[in-house]
Amino acid sequence: MLKKISNIGDCGITCDFGDEVDKKTNKEVIKLFNFIQESVKNKKIKGILNYTPSYNKLIINFDLEEVKSKEVIEFIKSSDYSKTIFSEKNKLVEIPICYDEEFALDIKRLEEKTKMNFDEIVKEHLNTDFFVYMIGFVPGQPFLGDLRKNLYHDRLDTPRVKIDKGSVGIVENFCTIYTFESPGGWNIIGKTPLDLFNIKKKKPSMLSPGDSVKFKSVIKKDLLTFKNE
Amino acid sequence: MSNYFKILRPGINSTFQDLGRFGFQHLGIAPSGCMDKSLFYLSNKLVGNKASEGALEFAYQGPLLELVGESAFVAVSGKVNFNIINKNGEIKQGASNESFILSSGDKIDILSTINSVYGYFSIFGGFKLDKTKGSISTLVRAKIGSNNGEKLKSEEKIFFNKFSGDVKKNKFKFDFDNDSTIRVMQGLQFDYFSNKSQEDFFSKEYKVTKLTDRMGMRLEGEKLENIKSKNIKSEGITKGSIQVPGDGQPIVLLSDHPTIGGYPKIANVITADYDKLVQKTPGLNLKFKLVDLSIAESAFQDYIASFNNF
Repeated sequence: MLKKISNIGDCGITCDFGDEVDKKTNKEVIKLFNFIQESVKNKKIKGILNYTPSYNKLIINFDLEEVKSKEVIEFIKSSDYSKTIFSEKNKLVEIPICYDEEFALDIKRLEEKTKMNFDEIVKEHLNTDFFVYMIGFVPGQPFLGDLRKNLYHDRLDTPRVKIDKGSVGIVENFCTIYTFESPGGWNIIGKTPLDLFNIKKKKPSMLSPGDSVKFKSVIKKDLLTFKNE
Repeated sequence: MSNYFKILRPGINSTFQDLGRFGFQHLGIAPSGCMDKSLFYLSNKLVGNKASEGALEFAYQGPLLELVGESAFVAVSGKVNFNIINKNGEIKQGASNESFILSSGDKIDILSTINSVYGYFSIFGGFKLDKTKGSISTLVRAKIGSNNGEKLKSEEKIFFNKFSGDVKKNKFKFDFDNDSTIRVMQGLQFDYFSNKSQEDFFSKEYKVTKLTDRMGMRLEGEKLENIKSKNIKSEGITKGSIQVPGDGQPIVLLSDHPTIGGYPKIANVITADYDKLVQKTPGLNLKFKLVDLSIAESAFQDYIASFNNF
């Protein structure tokens, strides 16, 4: 449930759905996000620049020349977005992943922590039905949950300076996919050849907040010969 | 045949910018766009372009460009030291905030911004740039936008649209606000900070450091003590938010900010003072003043009204 709306400076508001980070809370956030996106498209509200969902909040930015915070807040409060049907807007995406040792950089660390062997860890990961909590930090990077507790591990104490694009990492109950080569501290368990972000496409990010993800294991040869559309 | 500028020197951080790219932050794409909106508007106004036409933004040292083809009607906005070098090698000092005609073979040498960071170079008819998701703005960090998402590089060519019709020379007397007070509203996590730090933030000075770019401005001053939690659950970022990481030194998030972040925010710069803030050079001391929403909104009306003077 939407608990509180507050101002972020003079051209933003935050819709706060409480302190819980779980699917139930995030689904409420994404319902409002879908509603705002739809309202902007149908010109039900003017001046909205960006709408950024995260685990438990939706941040809305607007153009002060067009609209003021009071009007945006009133629009949200007077709207009945609870009827927005969740599944209509979201999809299931299958993501190929290669768990070869060459790509699973932190498998030893995870085996020690989880007391499971490599195959068991892979099986756990493949069996998880992931949910896209949010996308961001850099373009197209998804934050997926929830891993089962037996796979939980902390971030690396010293982040790697360079992680390859396509690397799949886990920390605590979350899983991410690096969409750009970047530094990072997640436990790397594999790599996908799938290009999750391409600015030239009409929909530049393959995933959207609220989508579902299932990983599919592929061998190295398939990773190397994979062709992105 | 074609009209273009040849880049003989790219400058430190020269990119094409317009008002920004919106509606994609939920996919991880930051708004980007011009850092100083007033100067951006002014540069377009001076050459008779529409307000949102893409311009070349430079920081500190700008580019050295040679005009190939026909003449061009151009302007440089800001406080900028630049020269015009004609075909015969004669050097003439340029005047900023004033439109003028460059002839074929002329070079424009943008040497430096004066006691400020950003300036703009605009051309009547606009540069020939393709929009990416509604904007020509370059977001270097994600390699998105004009010039293949990169800063200007030597030897590249900048094409522009041919202009027709009469040009009207325009001039504007422009000066920066030298006052170093930046007005802010309370941030979402203002109550994470100790009473002393809340007071310090509004009474002590915070110095602009060299670690400042289009993404953020790192400040240095009295350590801000977070008494609640060093990290928050990652949430969407708004331009002008002042976040405080574990070391207690504030960072103002600017136009190329990450789209989400997990540090507590003590304050947010009001829109009316954003342009003034981004022009503050490293070494200068800032003072933050707390205002409420109604003051911020009326300051914005004054800020918008000031564009009418251009």
